[in-house]
Amino acid sequence: MNTVGIPRSLFYYYYKDLWQDFFSALKISYIISPITNKEIMDRGLKMSNSEMCLSLKNYLGHVDYLKDKCNYILIPRISNFKNDNQTCTNFWAAYDIVKNLFDINILHYNIDLNQKQTLKKGLYKIGKILNKKPRQIKKAYKYAIIQNNKRIKKNHQINLNKLKSKKTKILLVGHPYNLYDELIGKDIIKYLIKNDIELIYSDKFNPKITNHLSKKISKDLYFKYSKDNLGAIVYCQNQINGVIFISSFPCAPDSLACELAMRKLTIPYLNIVIDDNSSFTGLETRLESFLDMLGGKLND
Amino acid sequence: MTKIAFPQMGDYYIPATYLLSHIFPNDQIIQAPKITSKTIEIGTKYSPEFVCTPFKYTLGTMLECLEKGAEILIQMGGGCRYGYYAELQEKIIQDLGYNCKVINLVTKGETNIKRINKLLKQINPKYSKIKNIYYSFITIKMVKYMDIIDDYIRENIGFEQIEGSFENLKQAMLTEFNQTKNYRHLYKTYKKYLKKFSKLKTHKPDKRLKIGIIGELYTIMEPFSNYYLEKSLAKHHIEIKRFTNVHYLLFEKAKEYKKYQKYAKEYFHYSLGADASDNIARCKYLCESDYDGIIHIKSSFCTPEIGAMPIINKIANEYNKPVLFFSFDSATSQTGIETRLEAFYDMLEMRKDK
Repeated sequence: MNTVGIPRSLFYYYYKDLWQDFFSALKISYIISPITNKEIMDRGLKMSNSEMCLSLKNYLGHVDYLKDKCNYILIPRISNFKNDNQTCTNFWAAYDIVKNLFDINILHYNIDLNQKQTLKKGLYKIGKILNKKPRQIKKAYKYAIIQNNKRIKKNHQINLNKLKSKKTKILLVGHPYNLYDELIGKDIIKYLIKNDIELIYSDKFNPKITNHLSKKISKDLYFKYSKDNLGAIVYCQNQINGVIFISSFPCAPDSLACELAMRKLTIPYLNIVIDDNSSFTGLETRLESFLDMLGGKLND
Repeated sequence: MTKIAFPQMGDYYIPATYLLSHIFPNDQIIQAPKITSKTIEIGTKYSPEFVCTPFKYTLGTMLECLEKGAEILIQMGGGCRYGYYAELQEKIIQDLGYNCKVINLVTKGETNIKRINKLLKQINPKYSKIKNIYYSFITIKMVKYMDIIDDYIRENIGFEQIEGSFENLKQAMLTEFNQTKNYRHLYKTYKKYLKKFSKLKTHKPDKRLKIGIIGELYTIMEPFSNYYLEKSLAKHHIEIKRFTNVHYLLFEKAKEYKKYQKYAKEYFHYSLGADASDNIARCKYLCESDYDGIIHIKSSFCTPEIGAMPIINKIANEYNKPVLFFSFDSATSQTGIETRLEAFYDMLEMRKDK
């Protein structure tokens, strides 16, 4: 019986539900690595190169955790969604890095729409490797896509509804693999929710709307996930009180795109960069003063 | 009359100035001052925190050009985040209060002649396409000849008998290249200097050290940003092999990539972005041929090369070849580099003697 391991980092946050639906529809057992803890992070730090970005180090930690617990590890490669929608080069390289660092079986597919490598082709290929019949794969793929679209629509609606709330509203700008990771961004989210702030997430907007809007901040931008983020800022600029940028050190697209956004923003913002030895106590002080400042502005 | 400037890289400012001064004869081309430690200081001051170092260098030279009165800056690049530099640099410059325009010839990793024509027409409405094509042709050839001669110099400069003979002859060649009249003239000059170079006396021992340099393209091609690595290697009488040059990037890269992928298919399956996958294949090539060591250089935070580093390390381990990694930053100290280089050089000597 084949078991597929899914590392809970990077790609997981974009495709988690889709993968899970797909595998359960095909009756393939899978395990997901646990929520990031100190041990996993340390494993990642040990495996990785000191200059790699924190998210990639974290990813390697998750892979290291899974390596002897399953037969295959699922590692896609995402290159681009048509020409001007590239991803970060770490997304291009993750598969090759893992393949060279670990001695494991890897299930991989490539998303490169410039060369007509689509998600559909990728998942079909994976189904084939796991000895499933084409008819089963087709059914599972359809089911997963439909479920996924429903879920995304629901998330978009929740996010939009939050914009109408009367509480202090803050837009969190960051990549989902940083925002929702236990050791990277989760503490910040918890702290803000505890302080009764309405949080809006930049990755939960409809990309069809936000990608177009991002041109108002940056005309030349060609990073897909940065486009989502900047577009979200433009979309809700007039309805929110502040923006918090969260990125991992040293994130390549963020270093340029977020800098440009900060230079063009007219509302208060806070830039948080997290590396492998930042402590939450230091962050707490900064968050507190940022909230104080927003509060002060509201009372005026 | 508009004043045009561009950030420089190595000796390539000569063909670039040549091209621009011929397609815009009525405008003034401002030559960027040579990169010094002050350039990088200015660049770092106004750059975002963790951007890669070429951004800081190019921003620094841009600001120095603006001090000289430049009105239009030309920037090009692609592959990684290099292609996105121009927009942010323009914003930074405008925020500093300069009134200038940054023209980005390559956006989104792609470019075509139509777009370049349109952009250049903005600089001067009298711009002519045919002139551009003619002079581009000469410039491309000039770059090619420069690269061929540079390769020759790299192989031999460590063994020159009269100190400085290669350097002086190269300077003479570059000044003559600058006064090129037409293609025939250029070709004649090239042939003349090729002869002169081959006549320069060298003393090449059989037991010489050979080192291959691979790494990130800007750092490799701009000697200041790698702290004159090639020069200090030549002082130790080492033969140097370098793959990356402008001609390679412009014309050969797309063709070579497929070869590289086939050659090193056990180490990478997909492109890692920018020059990273090329470097992996080159590393394998250097390991298999008779080179004694490999030096991998990059600017700090260069994401594609960081991804390639563990793989290069693995290849070097498998073939049992020493590899030295350098990551250059604005805060790197010259002494630190020299110490590491010397240790590396001593180690290679000892291995050779065994």
